[in-house]
Amino acid sequence: MKKFVSVALAATMALSLVACGGSASSAASSAANSTASSAASTASGEGGTIKVGVLANTSGDYAIYGNAVKNGVMLYINEINGKGGINGKQIEVFDYDDKGDPTEAVTAFNRLVDDGVTAVIGSVLTGATIAVADESYAIGMPQITASATAAGVTVLDPEDPESEVRTNVFRSCFIDPFQGEKMAEYASQELGAKTAAVIFETGNDYSEGLKNAFVDKCKELGIEVVSEEAYTKGDVDFKAQMTTITSKNPDVVFCPNYYQDDGNIVKQARAAGYTGTFMGGDGWGGVAGYASAEELEGSVYCSGYAAGTDDVKTFETAYKDAYGEDVPNMFAPLGYDAAMLMCNALSAADDQGLETGSDDYKAAVIDAMKSTDGLKGVTGTYKFDQYNNPIKSAAIMKLEGGKEVFSEMF
Amino acid sequence: MAFLSTLFSQVINGLQSGSIYALVALGYSMVYGIIMLLNFAHGDIIMVGAYVVWMSTANFGFHPIVSILLAVVVSTTLGVVIEKVAYAPLRSSPRLSLLITAIGISFLLENGFQLIFGAGAKVVPDFLTGPSVHLGSATISFSAIVTIVVTVLMMAGLTFLVQKTKLGKAMRAVSEDMGAAQLMGINLNTTISFTFAMGSALAGVASVLYLSSYGQASPTMGSMLGLKAFVAAVLGGIGSLPGAMLGGFVIGMAEALVSAAGLSVWKDGVVFAILIIVLLVKPTGLMGKPMTEKV
Repeated sequence: MKKFVSVALAATMALSLVACGGSASSAASSAANSTASSAASTASGEGGTIKVGVLANTSGDYAIYGNAVKNGVMLYINEINGKGGINGKQIEVFDYDDKGDPTEAVTAFNRLVDDGVTAVIGSVLTGATIAVADESYAIGMPQITASATAAGVTVLDPEDPESEVRTNVFRSCFIDPFQGEKMAEYASQELGAKTAAVIFETGNDYSEGLKNAFVDKCKELGIEVVSEEAYTKGDVDFKAQMTTITSKNPDVVFCPNYYQDDGNIVKQARAAGYTGTFMGGDGWGGVAGYASAEELEGSVYCSGYAAGTDDVKTFETAYKDAYGEDVPNMFAPLGYDAAMLMCNALSAADDQGLETGSDDYKAAVIDAMKSTDGLKGVTGTYKFDQYNNPIKSAAIMKLEGGKEVFSEMF
Repeated sequence: MAFLSTLFSQVINGLQSGSIYALVALGYSMVYGIIMLLNFAHGDIIMVGAYVVWMSTANFGFHPIVSILLAVVVSTTLGVVIEKVAYAPLRSSPRLSLLITAIGISFLLENGFQLIFGAGAKVVPDFLTGPSVHLGSATISFSAIVTIVVTVLMMAGLTFLVQKTKLGKAMRAVSEDMGAAQLMGINLNTTISFTFAMGSALAGVASVLYLSSYGQASPTMGSMLGLKAFVAAVLGGIGSLPGAMLGGFVIGMAEALVSAAGLSVWKDGVVFAILIIVLLVKPTGLMGKPMTEKV
């Protein structure tokens, strides 16, 4: 009995939160929301609305990511609604703050289910996203995350290649190993590398994930990995490792770490006499200030988002107009792409004339998402692999004259 | 031949990082020798010194010599102030209280600097530049030469100071028996402050050498450096100055040679394994005096 009361109370609170949800968003989006909901109420007479849930950690430690994702998502949804919605149906957004916490995220997800949403965009942090994915998989709710990079989001057991896939869960971002594979391919095809070395941070999932993928792919492509060096968090002395690497003189050194360490590693490698090319993952963003222009010259890294290029200009302008600030990081465009992928799938499902919110409708959304092919977003062109991870090109950034400049899509 | 030149480069790498450990270990050993305190804030004094160099070179554009002097002066003052404010009032308390205070000071400095300057690393432009030396196919960088030479000079100067001067004699007397030294007319406060000043000045020098090799200052840079220097001090025999020096070089060499053997994953593991082995086999360290517990 007690349990029933608490569930009822929770439901009431959830309802009251929905009411606040819209007004709590930033000025630009709430203005857009109110036009959207008024349009929705008129539209509901004929076509009804399509209810979509958005989960993001808009408060707490990593709110900077959550807010960026939510802003990106809302930007796209407001654009779609402004153009008349999907088949005349407006998209009605229910958004909750999960604070990046797995328990809160599951509670929020259950509220969304009670709200009767057809699809969920979120969550943002890996832990919360996996928690929600478990729930959504059980009931076949279409879900897409813009930012959770761990392999375990879309598969039940990331260690097992035969593992069961959460068929309903997708993402618009790279997974960690993807960058390592991309850079190995780039080394082989574009740089003609025959030998490579790696230096990575032990005990860091990101660094080790990229490194393992790179080394495996190198073996496949016939690049000989002559040296695998490691360091621990907080180390600043890489001279011994770089002397070892220099003595083996590999064509490229893959350095999948964060920019401060990368700068230091490059500096000390040059001092040790290494003259080859450095490569890295998106952790390199911002490296230019941490080693001199000559030391970094020619280094390449991959990024999810090529800021400042022609392709993303429209997005960057729209973002600035809507929120009055520059695109803060790659999570905003990834959020935008996640919303685009979801709306695209919703539209394909809606064309079949199914009843919104029904199980058939959800299944149709998942099928449509799965068969996405060649959809062009801000951060690349989308298609999903067997594990529901996007196959898209990465932006290769190159260090030239002390600046990080966009080189090509690869 | 290529193997030999690589090995030679690794030995130089080891000596260079070992020199910095040695300078920091000297500070640990001196303070421990005189008031039996493991001054865990010592690593953070180096951090403060490094920020002083960063402020004065990158922000105010001072001449390198001026920034070096500033770093040494600020470190020295900070060391003495910490002693007066945090340690002196606890001189008669149990040693555990002192140790915990030292850890508290360390956290205070780290988090204070994180609050003021942010958690990110600050880049210090190269300020000690000069020609590198080529020996066959091996290169010795200018910063390596400076680091090793300065450390050896510091060590020689310190030995002279402790063995030959009146203040040094007072320091040795206080470390032998604080009460008796006081009865002989030695000013305890001056001697202890002087010891802290010397140790912190060495930390200031270490911070300059650290920046000339690694070029980045960050709020937590002192913690790992301090821990490894502590291992060096224990290995050499805590309280013994030549021991601290030897320990620093051994730790630096061990790290470099472990990496050279292709086992860089185990680098830190080896350093702390050395600590455990020393504590198990010879707790007084390589050059420490045999300990007789006073009752």
